Amino acid sequence: MEWEVVIGLETHTQLQTKTKIFSGASTEFGSEPNTQACVVSLALPGVLPVLNREAVKCAIKFGLAVNAEIAARSVFARKNYFYPDLPKGYQISQYELPVVGKGSMKIQVGTGDKAYEKVINITRAHLEEDAGKSVHGAQEGMSGIDLNRAGTPLLEIVTEPDMRSAAEAVAYAKKLHDLVQWIGICDGNMQEGSFRCDVNVSVRPKGSDKLGTRREIKNLNSFKFMQQAIEYETQWQIETLEDGGTIQQATVLFNPDSGETRAMRSKEEANDYRYFPDPDLLPLAISENDINTVKTEMPELPEAMKARFEAQYGLAHYDANALTSSRATADYFVATVDTDCDAKLAANWVMGSVSAKLNADDKEISESPISPSALASLIKRIQDGTISNNAAKQVFEAMWAGEGDADSIIESKGLKQVSDTGAIEAIVDEVLAANAAMVEEFKAGKEKAFNALVGQAMKASKGKANPAQVNEILKKKLGA
Amino acid sequence: MINKSLKQLGAMLQAKEISSVELTQEYLNRIDRLNPEINAFITLDKDKTLAQAKNADAMLAAGKASAMTGLPIAQKDIFVAKGWRTTCGSKMLETFIGPYDADIIERFDSVGAVNLGKTNMDEFAMGSSNETSYFGKVQNPWDRSRVPGGSSGGSAAAVAARLCAAATGTDTGGSIRQPASLCGLSGLKPTYGLASRFGMIAFASSLDQSGPMAKSCEDMALMMNVITGFDKRDSTSLNREKEDYTRDLNKPLAGLKVGLPKEYFAEGLGADVATVVQEAIAEYKKLGAEIVDISLPNTMLSIPVYYVLAPAEASSNLSRFDGVRYGHRAKEYGDLMDMYCKSRAEGFGAEVKRRILIGTYVLSAGYYDAYYLKAQQIRRLIAQDFENAFKKCDIIMGPTAPSTAFKAGEKADDPVSMYLQDIYTIAVNLAGLPGMSIPAGFAQSADGKKLPVGLQIIGNYFDEARMLNAGHAYQQVTDWHIQMPEGIE
Repeated sequence: MEWEVVIGLETHTQLQTKTKIFSGASTEFGSEPNTQACVVSLALPGVLPVLNREAVKCAIKFGLAVNAEIAARSVFARKNYFYPDLPKGYQISQYELPVVGKGSMKIQVGTGDKAYEKVINITRAHLEEDAGKSVHGAQEGMSGIDLNRAGTPLLEIVTEPDMRSAAEAVAYAKKLHDLVQWIGICDGNMQEGSFRCDVNVSVRPKGSDKLGTRREIKNLNSFKFMQQAIEYETQWQIETLEDGGTIQQATVLFNPDSGETRAMRSKEEANDYRYFPDPDLLPLAISENDINTVKTEMPELPEAMKARFEAQYGLAHYDANALTSSRATADYFVATVDTDCDAKLAANWVMGSVSAKLNADDKEISESPISPSALASLIKRIQDGTISNNAAKQVFEAMWAGEGDADSIIESKGLKQVSDTGAIEAIVDEVLAANAAMVEEFKAGKEKAFNALVGQAMKASKGKANPAQVNEILKKKLGA
Repeated sequence: MINKSLKQLGAMLQAKEISSVELTQEYLNRIDRLNPEINAFITLDKDKTLAQAKNADAMLAAGKASAMTGLPIAQKDIFVAKGWRTTCGSKMLETFIGPYDADIIERFDSVGAVNLGKTNMDEFAMGSSNETSYFGKVQNPWDRSRVPGGSSGGSAAAVAARLCAAATGTDTGGSIRQPASLCGLSGLKPTYGLASRFGMIAFASSLDQSGPMAKSCEDMALMMNVITGFDKRDSTSLNREKEDYTRDLNKPLAGLKVGLPKEYFAEGLGADVATVVQEAIAEYKKLGAEIVDISLPNTMLSIPVYYVLAPAEASSNLSRFDGVRYGHRAKEYGDLMDMYCKSRAEGFGAEVKRRILIGTYVLSAGYYDAYYLKAQQIRRLIAQDFENAFKKCDIIMGPTAPSTAFKAGEKADDPVSMYLQDIYTIAVNLAGLPGMSIPAGFAQSADGKKLPVGLQIIGNYFDEARMLNAGHAYQQVTDWHIQMPEGIE
């Protein structure tokens, strides 16, 4: 039987606010345990939550970015369960009425000929607080509790079960990861847990419109693990069903060492969270005015920017897509073309040499040793014929190595292109005289001989002659 | 002197006829003498108290004093106070020292009032007799064999026994008004949101409200000026302009429309209480009030609704008492679950456990709609009852409690009969309205003891000034509020 996998994601994105969602304690990562635990984080008797409107702003931004309904009235609810790192014995979350409703996101899956676009529907996104952390093993026979993270704002983003492969799920997760950073609501740091995915996986016979029983893979914090976990889980479910077994709804964990998923708890053991509206917080009201204020602070979104790149700069769809894959890349490209250099050349340099160098050095584009304006000045020297493409590559390497700006490197390395017709004619004459055999071959109809002569002329000029001019003069002299 | 009002004592302090230290010491001496039996206070800290009094004297000397400066106020032990043990009447918090000040504590501090001590209360404010306190029963000063009411029973007994001039209380379903009624004093639960809940240990967040307990309405008005006001640390605190609650005290009552809900005078009301309340209403007629018959048809539903909603919220509010960070932790336990279970089993008393169980049940999947959601719907109907009533009258009057103080132990094993103590007070909390109880006279017990009866006055939202006006006018022509129990000299 042919099987189809059905995947939906729940992603916890940590919002980049300075203070916690319901208190004034700092959200900074990596401080000494419990130094960012104020009376509210500690859930001392008598303390009360007060909503941080910055977190709401982040939720509105996300809603706008995925074209979602933003609720005029949403409600904070208590999710009750006992755990040592959950100081109040309940998490303040949103249940029946979330702040962000239905929206959607377009993703690109695969590369080359097999690449395709797909729309993933967002079910909802809601605000909630993060829990603290249990620290095991620091003290003999005891567990420690660090409440620095308790109360950090999260936006939980839930999709419809719209994905049909691990590749689609990863493409969505990556796209979402890019988007939340793009709009500046999350730092995207997966090691620090700023972006964590729970993946719901089920399988069904291909063609069936009934959903299979799902298992939820919890807390995936790398795209590689997500891919592996989904592939393993899919295979496991298919094999289980083909062996005549049934799938039990369960929460599972992925073990990166074994590459396997393992059930944590079954549905029977699941908590009854006893959700109810938090009486300490008023319903969250968001006015048109609030939304409009956030709109004015929204950056241009990747889809809009992509369309603009195609229209304004005549870039190919693929290029426009690549340049808008992250906010940093797009910013870099825009800053480069803003200096009036050729956009297509700029696009090629950013996606080519710059990106290759960054990969090789394992650097982010924001850390590029060549600034957008420095790159632009190099591109302008190509445009105005000062240097050839080959020379430009040398200049680029030198700039990357920190040897100076484009002009000074061109000067010091003597890479300026010769465009003086007289000088080039002289070189061509020399080359023709010295390579009579090639000239004969060309005249006999061997087209290749022409290229060889161009090569000789370039070599004779030490690469400095303007290749277009060399071509033109050679053609003239050979009567071609 | 012990029967003087806050206002009179304040005037003596201002005139330097007495110092705050002397006045405070006088009350501390009385507490030393009477509290071992009455048990109105859980925690005293004379050093801290006298240091505050000294400070108040300095303010008075420097001419920086306001109406409350130097006046000793007893604080219900539900309010977290920095450096003070704060128990909420529970073993769970037997050794908990407050690391910060509740809003109400800050407010009294800032006007130079003196914290006289932390008063006894039903555990986590759950009870109507003060018998659920881990720190022992409180005696009703009018008859030591009887309960003072609850949950603010310690505050009520302290004021009644003249161990303080005034105290604070909290009222979730009648916890200020019912003990005020049973102990013969004045108590006011303000409109929900007027007083900050920050630092008040939560029982049922959507109902809890703090308020004054004093001898007279005039004193309560002075305290209301301190207690109320916006607090950004409480999201349900209302951002309104500060009011002067003394402003209307002396307004004539002529033309005041007083509504009498027929449901408050029906079956269940003690005949002795009914007689006293009717006499008080007759007095109001003499003062020029116009009496109107009204109906609050959903009154009987308020108890079941309350006993769904309040435990639901409480079950969640009390989850933080898990033995992990503070509070009682069992000495011996196996795993984590065992630690939770033992710590909470040992730390909470029976009534608290009962309400946690009820609350957990009504919020459970499959029961939520039938209980919690339904109760919320009826809660809106109850609020509508009042809305309709206030179209016909300015204020509502009736009994505060169905009976006078009952004997200790009498209802301790009968929770439903205990819950019925709050039949006339609970609807006010459900609607978020202000409610007040003032002494209206006495009934006689079988053994000839005078037992106070309270008159409840319910106002529309933010109508506290008018209610205090009504109470004050009555207290100008009656002396119930200044009568003292025997044996407290």
